[in-house]
Amino acid sequence: MKERVIQLEVFRYNPDTDTEGHYQHYEVSCLEEWVVLDALNKVKETLDPTLNFRWSCHMAVCGSCGMMINGEPKLACHTFLRNYPGTIRVEPLVHFPVERDLVTAPDDFMEKLKRVKPYIIRKQKQPIEQGEYKQTPKELLRFRQYSMCINCTLCYAACPEYGLTKHFIGPAALALAHRYNQDSRDQGRDERQEVVATKEGIWECTFVGACSEVCPVHVDPASALQQMKIASSFDWIKEHLLPGGGK
Amino acid sequence: MSQKPLIREVPPASWYFRHPRYLRYMSREITSLFVGAYCVLLVFGLGALAGGKESYESFLLALQSPLSIAFHVAAFIAALYHATTWFNATQVAMKIQIGEEFVPGSTITGAHYVIWVVLSVIILLLAGVF
Repeated sequence: MKERVIQLEVFRYNPDTDTEGHYQHYEVSCLEEWVVLDALNKVKETLDPTLNFRWSCHMAVCGSCGMMINGEPKLACHTFLRNYPGTIRVEPLVHFPVERDLVTAPDDFMEKLKRVKPYIIRKQKQPIEQGEYKQTPKELLRFRQYSMCINCTLCYAACPEYGLTKHFIGPAALALAHRYNQDSRDQGRDERQEVVATKEGIWECTFVGACSEVCPVHVDPASALQQMKIASSFDWIKEHLLPGGGK
Repeated sequence: MSQKPLIREVPPASWYFRHPRYLRYMSREITSLFVGAYCVLLVFGLGALAGGKESYESFLLALQSPLSIAFHVAAFIAALYHATTWFNATQVAMKIQIGEEFVPGSTITGAHYVIWVVLSVIILLLAGVF
């Protein structure tokens, strides 16, 4: 296996001693097949045990190792060194507060995720004796893509709207709202609309489309948001322009 | 969250230089200014038409000035760019499911181009170009 010496510029911030972040240079020998996360782990194991970053699964499932790699939001476990011939600059995800080094605080996203009620809501629950809520493959297809979200928040780091307007609920949370709205077992769209169809929700999105470009699991949040805009516009037309408020 | 997280502000006036995709987005948005300006010009044209033959002819004469021709060329290029970026985006906004398949994105975008051409031909026919 081919080895290569990798040059890393890694963002460092220690809340106990620093007021600003700075970059630290590391030179580490890696196998060409490795990903950026492997290089960071080698730095931590052999050069600098004080370097902090989050990771868990190493297979693009847990969504923990999101970071900016040469200015692009990426999962470090999914970013191959062979695609980066020069120095690799690694920073914490932008638009989030930095806890320490490459670790960001996702609290704002978690709070917003709760607000869109990302779970099945039933107006009347079916008694358990009646069995499960059944769904056809066609009904499953309506929302399947949006259920693939791993909450890695790369889309929040890519979204300039979220960076500039902190009240924006943001791509992943809104895409999950759409996922449940599209689910044939769900009856909670009206409740979600109070959060979704607002200036904090879909109407803050200006369709930059960056969220979908960086999504590592192809959820396509931009698509979800535009579909919700169209559906909400029809709601408005029904309510204001049709006789009887469209009821 | 820690006691002292580092907050990195986004520069409000220069964020779009951070990545080429943001520049592409801004260029799409800026073309709408030309589309808007051309609409204003059409409103002035209607006003001139309502003002009688003389005022409409002086409006037509003003359109032949080099400045006006330069604006029309710029507005035409901007409108083309604006239209193509939006038509290409329609496949993101419209997901049409038939049975257990989605209609391919290229079909949705292609249909918009076809409608665009058909409507343009009809308008040019009505305008007596052919």
